Amino acid sequence: MKFEKMIATRDGFGEEIVALGKENPNILVVDADIGKSCKTGAFRKELPDQYLNVGIAEQNCAGVAAGLATCGKIPFVVTYAAFGSMRMCEMIRQEAAYPNLNVKLACSHGGVTPANDGASHQAIEDMGIYRTIPNMTVIMPADAVAARKLVRAAAEHDGPVYLRFTRDKVPVIYGDDETFEIGKAKLLGEGNDVAILANGDTVRLALEAAEQLAADGIKARVLDFHTIKPLDVEAVTAAIEETGKLITVEDHNILNGLGSAVCEVAAELGKGKVKRIGIQDQFGQSAPYERLLAINGVTVENIVEQAKALIG
Amino acid sequence: MKDNLTIAELKNKCVDLKKNVISMIYKAQSGHPGGSLSVADFMTACYWHAMDVDPQNPRWEDRDRFVLSKGHVCPAQYAALAMKGFFPMEVLDTLRKEGSPLQGHPSMTKCPGIDISTGSLGQGLACAVGMAIAGKMDKKNYNVFCALGDGETNEGEIWEACGTAHKYGLDNLIVFVDWNNLQLDGTCDEIMPLLDLAKKFQAFGFETFEINGNDMAEVVDALDKAMASKNGLPKCIIGKTVKGNGVSYMENQVGWHGVAPNDEQYRQAMDELDRQYV
Repeated sequence: MKFEKMIATRDGFGEEIVALGKENPNILVVDADIGKSCKTGAFRKELPDQYLNVGIAEQNCAGVAAGLATCGKIPFVVTYAAFGSMRMCEMIRQEAAYPNLNVKLACSHGGVTPANDGASHQAIEDMGIYRTIPNMTVIMPADAVAARKLVRAAAEHDGPVYLRFTRDKVPVIYGDDETFEIGKAKLLGEGNDVAILANGDTVRLALEAAEQLAADGIKARVLDFHTIKPLDVEAVTAAIEETGKLITVEDHNILNGLGSAVCEVAAELGKGKVKRIGIQDQFGQSAPYERLLAINGVTVENIVEQAKALIG
Repeated sequence: MKDNLTIAELKNKCVDLKKNVISMIYKAQSGHPGGSLSVADFMTACYWHAMDVDPQNPRWEDRDRFVLSKGHVCPAQYAALAMKGFFPMEVLDTLRKEGSPLQGHPSMTKCPGIDISTGSLGQGLACAVGMAIAGKMDKKNYNVFCALGDGETNEGEIWEACGTAHKYGLDNLIVFVDWNNLQLDGTCDEIMPLLDLAKKFQAFGFETFEINGNDMAEVVDALDKAMASKNGLPKCIIGKTVKGNGVSYMENQVGWHGVAPNDEQYRQAMDELDRQYV
């Protein structure tokens, strides 16, 4: 499979937030001194009156955003996924999720994409953490186009949203006119032999795996679960009913992310086999991004192998 | 419209407020009387002197905001809100009961007049800072009042928020530290010495006022000065207070942090407070 363009999804965010800010003066960016890495540079330059930087103080950052949201602002809290989900977790729970305020977390460096930085900066727990907090919406776009569209959807959504982006470049898989709806999975490949449910930077792996499986006459359904909460239960159920064999793929701990969410649906239905591919509940290390995925079996080859094993 | 009460009238309002605090915690048999009483003078002075709020329109955009960062003393704020007419007085009897708007710690989605949900200590000041920044951005004249506990300043987030308040020149932010010198496990000196709180806030760029936080005239004077001082600095009123203020057997007793009075204690507290009208 050939992908022509490679763009990090954090760049999609950085582009769209400027457009949103120009359209609506209530859209703010609240940085915590890693704005440059999270791509808020253009916003800071072009919309200085809508830009705040509270320093290396994530807990305060979350609270300030909540206070702003009570006054009708739509603050985008910008940091790395590890800090946005863990350093500020309780502040977001108490001051944004509990009162259901319009605070958006826009977090770069999701999953193992902060590869060389090592385990301290890799976020493999974040989506699971926010999945368990009421009122939260949890999103990871697959490419820069999806990032732009879902950032806009998050801004329009009433309530707190966690958005997770990649540091690394990922292939652009969507056309510019593609539409996205929060909580609605995207069908990227038809097939009833097996279903591959992926999100974020692993959607490209699912697409490549499906292509290889097709060469062997196996028709794989490919779904992009950009939103893991609310989960598109209808799409999971259809995949279980129509294929019976599911593989989940994510750049996240296999505990409590997309794989877990899908397993919950399957268990309650009492149907379907699910194989989870993701980070194997272990901390990472400084290494190339693709290596870190490979160490955990998050590869095209493993998806193909697991699909064949499921089909039997 | 702000109320324009004399100091004597404010003192009497404060007694009313304290009686409502004792009464609701007694009926609930649950809640935090000690800190609710030590912050009562500040609460009264805010709602009946300093703040412009509209009980008929609790989310009025131009209102002054109140952030009770020490959320566990919400009986004091609930009493003020009911007495101001944000909701009927009878609602006070539902404190901490299932389905009540008066949660054990304040919820902005459940209770009219609560500007932000609090309860987890150390978080309210950052929210107050956000509100004050929004006020500056929107060129509004409202002030944001924020009540902190003394023990709560153990939390690092408080000092993070102070830095932000200074950076953004929030002279529309007025913090009150209810320094009753008792926290849950013991005295502040035993648990975590606060050192010179005024100097600490000054070092973070605040203009500070040190007062007896249970002297209504001093509280009102400090609020007036803080509100009048438009010099780009956030304000902090350090109020030396007495935990359990006004109820003899609760005063300065660490045990009265989160305990409800029994029948006899309730009667005694109400008798004592009744004698405090001026």
